Amino acid sequence: MVVIDVHELTYTYPTTNVAALNDVSLQVTEGEFLAIIGNNGAGKSTLCYALSGFVPHFFKGTMRGRVQVAGMDTQNVTLNDLVLKVGLAFQNPFNQISGAKYTVFEEVAFGLENTGVPREQMVERVERALRLTGIDELAERSPYSLSGGQQQRVALASILVMEPQVLVLDEPTSQLDPVGSREVFQVIKEMSDSGMTVILVEHKVEWIAEFADRVVALHDGRIIAQGTPAEVLTSATLAEHGFGLSRYTTTAREALKRGLWLVERRLPTTLQEAADGFSRGKA
Amino acid sequence: MIVEVQDLHFTYPGGVEALRGISLVIQPGEQVAIIGQNGGGKTTLVRHINGLLKPTQGSVRVGGWDTRQVSVAKLASRVGYVFQNPDEQLFCKTVHDEIVFGPRNLGYPAERIQSLVEDALALTGLEAQIGTNPYDLSPTWRKMVALASVVAMDTLVIIFDEPTTGQDASSKERIAGVIATLRQRGRTVITITHDIDFCAENFERIIALAEGQVLLDGPSRQVLAQGDVLARTFVDPPQLTRLGVSIGLADTVCTQEEFLEAYQKQFGL
Repeated sequence: MVVIDVHELTYTYPTTNVAALNDVSLQVTEGEFLAIIGNNGAGKSTLCYALSGFVPHFFKGTMRGRVQVAGMDTQNVTLNDLVLKVGLAFQNPFNQISGAKYTVFEEVAFGLENTGVPREQMVERVERALRLTGIDELAERSPYSLSGGQQQRVALASILVMEPQVLVLDEPTSQLDPVGSREVFQVIKEMSDSGMTVILVEHKVEWIAEFADRVVALHDGRIIAQGTPAEVLTSATLAEHGFGLSRYTTTAREALKRGLWLVERRLPTTLQEAADGFSRGKA
Repeated sequence: MIVEVQDLHFTYPGGVEALRGISLVIQPGEQVAIIGQNGGGKTTLVRHINGLLKPTQGSVRVGGWDTRQVSVAKLASRVGYVFQNPDEQLFCKTVHDEIVFGPRNLGYPAERIQSLVEDALALTGLEAQIGTNPYDLSPTWRKMVALASVVAMDTLVIIFDEPTTGQDASSKERIAGVIATLRQRGRTVITITHDIDFCAENFERIIALAEGQVLLDGPSRQVLAQGDVLARTFVDPPQLTRLGVSIGLADTVCTQEEFLEAYQKQFGL
């Protein structure tokens, strides 16, 4: 079932003439784990905003085309309707903390309070979200006393607790250490496996290669490549457009030039693929 | 300007013990990366170097100044600090005003201020944005503004708190360029980062913190070779270091060139 249908979306923020998104069409099926990659200014965050209704409802501007999410045309409903179906974790977790709550527990409960969830159910769901994101020990701390990485987990927990049908995550691990990133990716993967649709903006392509079902590459507001991680992350188009690729891919590409990587072998995107390729080379 | 940290302990009000006995010396002109898990004390440590935090026990000296005896304003002439979150740092109406603020506060003569501002704009690629409101820029460019406004203060010690967060390949290159330029100018650069590949390619010394203590401190290659100890700091070695280990390279490699050279040498292709 198609849960997200973006049709010829062109969007321009107020006070500028340059479109942030240009003729973007995209379909995502239920339960899919889709990664969005692109350079700074490519339109990744704008696409996240469009999927969650912040574009155009909050940012205004000019929107052409259509965005349908969970059966709703985002232009015909309000943010209040969308928030129950789509959860968005901001790129900057510091902007997401409400500032109205004294403890992490209350902060994570904030969205449920606002949607009138019964208290018992609320407590249960908050505890589960805290456990999932590995911050149950921080429940009684003030959100503002936490490190950047801990705040990012609070921001993620605040979205997961809403149990949205569609989860939109804008660089959810930008402040996290590598092990923390992996934990969060595993949580996201679990959510995805349980049927949640996941849209993830991420620079860490090594993780995308491992976890995502499909990758969309944005450049100057347009989709320039899409397909499986293996196809997209090794494509010449991405290298030409200056995308950050994993060292496995870039090193194998250089090795290919020097005759150290087999021509017929696809370039690697993960450690395992790189190790296989280079081991075969030596045999 | 030498930075000396002696048996530094720090406990936040409320009782969280963030630093538990840190001792290290950073020589003038050194390029040091600080790595380690979230909540491990990295930011708490560097905030002692510019005096934002004062030791609960132990001492921090910058060029001989004990940070407990000197005001943050005075220390700002020696130590520049780029915040992890640029939004905590930026408040002016234009990029130009933002960058001029620091050097003007330090009382530099007008000519020097102008050349420092031009230099910082050029280094960070912000020349075309001098009239822009920083909040009209994307978060990643705001980060460059934060960086430029501290570089323009022309301090002997500069601290970057996670400069590459959310940056694409070309901005990471730009940041690496800023660090390389500061190195050429003999400045001390202390950088907190989770980007271990960036770390391996740009820093000669790495300090790994875990739970408020120094777990590893030494030349980058030496530190990155210790995968099992690094694991305790919640950090993975760089991608190519891991690849080298997994295909059995004898040498520890960090960069592409090192990897390919070692590969060719060892397997005789």
